[in-house]
Amino acid sequence: MMEELHVLLKNRDVIDPTSAQAYVDAGGYQGLRRALSLSPKEIIEEVRRSGLRGRGGAGFPTYRKMEFTSQAEDPVRYIVCNADEGEPGTNKDRILLSTDPCAVFEGMAIAARSVDAHVGFIYLRAEYSYLMPILEAALKSSKELGYIGKDILGSGFDFEIKFRSGAGAYVCGEETALFESIEGKRGEPRFRPPFPSIRGLFGKPTMLNNVETLANLPHILKNGAEWYRSIGTENSPGTKLFTVCGNVNRRGIFEFPMGINLKELIYDVCGGVPDGRQLLAVQTGGTSGAIINADQIDMTLDIDSVSASGGRLGCGTILVIDDSNCVVDIVLNNLDFFREESCGKCTPCREGGTQLYNLVRRISEGHGTVQDLENIESLAWTLRTTSLCGLGHSTAVPVLTSIQNFRDAYLRHIDKDFCPVCAQEGGHRK
Amino acid sequence: MSQEQYSYKTPESLLVEVADIAAPYRDRPEMLMKVITRVQKIVPAFSEEVARVIAREMDITLTQVYSFVTFYAMLSVKPRGKYIIRMCKSAPCHVRGAREVVKAVEDQLGISMGETTPDGRFTLEYCPCLGLCDSSPALMINDRAYGNLNPQSARDLIKRYIREDVE
Repeated sequence: MMEELHVLLKNRDVIDPTSAQAYVDAGGYQGLRRALSLSPKEIIEEVRRSGLRGRGGAGFPTYRKMEFTSQAEDPVRYIVCNADEGEPGTNKDRILLSTDPCAVFEGMAIAARSVDAHVGFIYLRAEYSYLMPILEAALKSSKELGYIGKDILGSGFDFEIKFRSGAGAYVCGEETALFESIEGKRGEPRFRPPFPSIRGLFGKPTMLNNVETLANLPHILKNGAEWYRSIGTENSPGTKLFTVCGNVNRRGIFEFPMGINLKELIYDVCGGVPDGRQLLAVQTGGTSGAIINADQIDMTLDIDSVSASGGRLGCGTILVIDDSNCVVDIVLNNLDFFREESCGKCTPCREGGTQLYNLVRRISEGHGTVQDLENIESLAWTLRTTSLCGLGHSTAVPVLTSIQNFRDAYLRHIDKDFCPVCAQEGGHRK
Repeated sequence: MSQEQYSYKTPESLLVEVADIAAPYRDRPEMLMKVITRVQKIVPAFSEEVARVIAREMDITLTQVYSFVTFYAMLSVKPRGKYIIRMCKSAPCHVRGAREVVKAVEDQLGISMGETTPDGRFTLEYCPCLGLCDSSPALMINDRAYGNLNPQSARDLIKRYIREDVE
């Protein structure tokens, strides 16, 4: 069986998460110590050589965000930690924040040093408000030991961290919407350019990273880029946290080197599908990810391989779906989510999301036609090319990939064959 | 999308408390989230009077308060129950029987999704992913998370709240 490799999760349930001393005793804050002895350029070079790519979804090279922000003209810069983990099927950031918050603080301080920022914000989603006491205690403890705050470890470098809360909006996981929310406004995405590295939070150059991305930085600085590159694949070095959920025997957060096999993860590590059921489908990367069928799961899990399947590795969600479900019903659930969470600022997402839902609803109820499938594809293209932000861009991903990989299921509904799942929700009855 | 309107009247004594919460953040509009979440802890819903007090004390427009409150799912202009039950609606819960759990809770409380019990104690709402996917199906009651539910365990859980058998 595949062995987990715990780099980010090494302190999980081992140390007291609220004690900076316990974190230090476990080898923590050494990455920051080294970063303080390096110049910002040298830190960025180390991160570049490590090949670290963003863990929030897009897989953007982290060093480039650092470069852009560090080269901005405005001297006042911000670091933002995106802890608005809203992608359905994902809770890795909750685990990191609740079991090893100091690693996230350390990552933020390293990031701050690389772009010469002195203030960082952690934007925590409202659904995780119960984590706040842990985070506050851990920050207080880190400040007391001099790892966060004024003149960190006598280096003359100041960095403070502030907490900000959301109030329930998926779109706030989008970086510019998140900035708006921190600024006390509706969380609606901004037009780009200007990009956040030029004008971000409060109009200042800002580097925003996912919780997991930031938690990688201490290890890269402490152990070096060579070590980091020895884990994972050529284009996606390092480990990845996977949230395995749905109809699978063993659910939870698992940490593996990038590039493991999806089929082995589901069957060998997580024990396959329970109750004598068969695997119907897998959705990778959350609700905005591709839905693939049981014959397609022998695939490599790294950023580029999953993109090639029409979806994305995203935040590392693996939703396992057994044959008691219906793919059309799952897609309807996904679209219901997107139409509710669309902020309404841009027309393609606001109207298109609802129309996509209506089209798939019609099919699920046994009133669809083959023409509807073509209309879906055309509408999906509009959404992908004209929406303002990632929410609208990815709304159609589950629809398009499921039509591609489960065309028969759609045709069965169009043929008015009985579907026991959709029938419960007002679908066609025999 | 439906227009949400203020429907609640707030007593004067509470308005004084609201003013006390908002006043320290005059000319700091970015602190609106903090003010609003604190105010929500003392008022059953955002009424027009509450919004006016916040706008006045923070020196921002009334529209800004309204647009903010009606944007975020956890803020409301309608009175909600003492216990807000948020049922996760996302796919990982959906594939593990969330529908049956929802049905059980609706039947138990005698209300449908989006409604509040006549005694004002329970509000039942759908919520997008709660981030409890490793223990789906899940729900939250106010700030507490509960996972691995089935219709029976959900009924037992709600019963504890009905009896106030929770700290």
